[in-house]
Amino acid sequence: MEHTSLLERILRGIALTLVVVFFMFPIVWILMMSFQTNETILRIPPQLVFKPTLANYTALITGKLTTAAGTLDIAFMRNLWNSVFLSVTSVAVALLLGVPAAYAFARHKFRGSEDIAFTLLSFRFAPALLVLLPLTLYFQKLGLANTYIGLIWVYQLICLPLILWIVRGYFEDIPADIEYAYRIAGHSWFATFRKIALPLAGPGIAAAGLLAFIFAWNNFIFALVLASADKQPVTVGALAFITSSGIQYGQISAAIVLSITPTLALALYAQRYLVEGLSLGAVKG
Amino acid sequence: MSQSALTISGVDKFYGPIDRGVHAVQNLTMEIDKGEIVALLGSSGCGKTSTLRMIAGFEEVSRGTISVAGRKVHALPPVKRNVAMAFEGYSLYPPLTVRENIAFALKAARLPKSQVDAKVASIAKLLEIEDILERYPSSISGGQQQRASLGRALIREADLHLLDEPMGQLEPQLRAVLRGRIKHFIKERGLTAILVTHDQTEANALADRIAVMEGGVLQQFDTPDMLKQRPANLFTGTFVGEPPMNVFEAYVGTAADKINLRLPDGLSLDYDKDAFSGSVRDELLKRERVVIGIRPYAVRRSKDGVPATVSANQWLGDQTHIAADFAGGSLVLVEHDRTRLELGAPINISIDPKNLHVFDQSSGMAISHGMELA
Repeated sequence: MEHTSLLERILRGIALTLVVVFFMFPIVWILMMSFQTNETILRIPPQLVFKPTLANYTALITGKLTTAAGTLDIAFMRNLWNSVFLSVTSVAVALLLGVPAAYAFARHKFRGSEDIAFTLLSFRFAPALLVLLPLTLYFQKLGLANTYIGLIWVYQLICLPLILWIVRGYFEDIPADIEYAYRIAGHSWFATFRKIALPLAGPGIAAAGLLAFIFAWNNFIFALVLASADKQPVTVGALAFITSSGIQYGQISAAIVLSITPTLALALYAQRYLVEGLSLGAVKG
Repeated sequence: MSQSALTISGVDKFYGPIDRGVHAVQNLTMEIDKGEIVALLGSSGCGKTSTLRMIAGFEEVSRGTISVAGRKVHALPPVKRNVAMAFEGYSLYPPLTVRENIAFALKAARLPKSQVDAKVASIAKLLEIEDILERYPSSISGGQQQRASLGRALIREADLHLLDEPMGQLEPQLRAVLRGRIKHFIKERGLTAILVTHDQTEANALADRIAVMEGGVLQQFDTPDMLKQRPANLFTGTFVGEPPMNVFEAYVGTAADKINLRLPDGLSLDYDKDAFSGSVRDELLKRERVVIGIRPYAVRRSKDGVPATVSANQWLGDQTHIAADFAGGSLVLVEHDRTRLELGAPINISIDPKNLHVFDQSSGMAISHGMELA
């Protein structure tokens, strides 16, 4: 790194701090709110010093929400479990279906392959509400409304195109000759897919899976319309905090902290895969 | 008659629908004997790599059959063909070291470790890559990757070894050394190899026979010597040989007991009728127009020859290449001594009928080579 003067370094430090504060402020503020009661949160002017309380977290975990108007039952933990279950299963199904499909689209050009791939992508163009109305009617007829299977199915609209298109790009980046070299050395195409294509596209698959997971986790509208209380994920469940006796900011904040923790942890853990994924070009040599 | 290692008969390759797509290889038929080294030579897009890939099984054969060691293989997947291949783009497995890459097929074939190690050591010595065996493909140069890829193909005991531009990335000195070693390696083990190249020096040095391809059509399949001495058509005549053959269109005429080959610009090459053998003379006189070809080495300067003007003169250290304006075109001649000729200097050219290649004007097919009919 080139030599920089003291002044330059100080200015740079200030600039970086400003940026970090700007981006981290909402998260820090929410974290702080989650340890306060509604009264301290709504104080004017807001204060940085407060007596932390775990009441919000206790309320969420025990499922008893005490408000001025009485005690309410909330199913936050249930919602959190639903989110985990729906997102993980949806991504798993999408990977199982999407990765082989991506390989097929990348390696075997057949009649209409581009059209099929594009149709799958176009699922993401349509506004969710446009799809939802007919889908709700169908699902009620088919008995899929308010079932996990139905929800996971609908979540494929989010996960499958994403995985398919990202992973396809990674497969296309692997020189076909590497696979040919493996096949001519005495292996079937399936072994080649498993031993050569999958590991080489691994970082890409991980990155796509992670993105799909985050999208699935953050989904609101599908679950709002298609699921009732016991199947709802956190995004929808958070609505329960808008109660007759006011909005429970403390609990909302605690709920947010709890619900972003899995995705945040996953993103931090998978960071290196994302970086590796981006430098896949080095394979070409 | 030795056993046939590869038989290609009537093979067509279309990219796109049959009979309507791009016709990359047209009705190719060739037979390669066991222990032979054959080069597929041609410019880019001539169908040589398509042919190689059809043999390996990476491209479907649109029509015709391919047999390896007597087995029909064109419908089999690559796994079952028992051929080895070195790829133009190297295609080493990135997560494996060079050693693992080379040993890969042997390990898959369940050879004992001591035997694998010995084989890898000997092939690494041959290709001068002993010092990079433990490195990963991404950390070595293109030339080293190419040698590793070559090693991975040569180490296998396959019915057929396919080498796609095997030495394109190597520096000239190393290339010359390796050519000799690889040829020796292949011959010693009695392997059969097909190499694809656009470098005729490489084809000449390595191959027993060369298949010259152009536009998806096999032009000629013969030994390097025969390709030079008896090119089957105008394409092979001008494609093979360095510097390329000089060609001119000529009108055939007779006057008294002479045969005149009249060139543009009012020039004429005159020969005694007896200078040609009877059969060649008859063929010539049947035609009005022909194309004549003369190798640069066969063009002589003489006092009573046809006039030409020097347009370039280059001493290469062991021979002189002289280009001259001649008969509305350009003619190249090679002399072994250093020749001092100014640009624009007049010279006189003569061509021995023994060195004259005559081609049909419309079809380009050879009519005669020197005294013999083609």
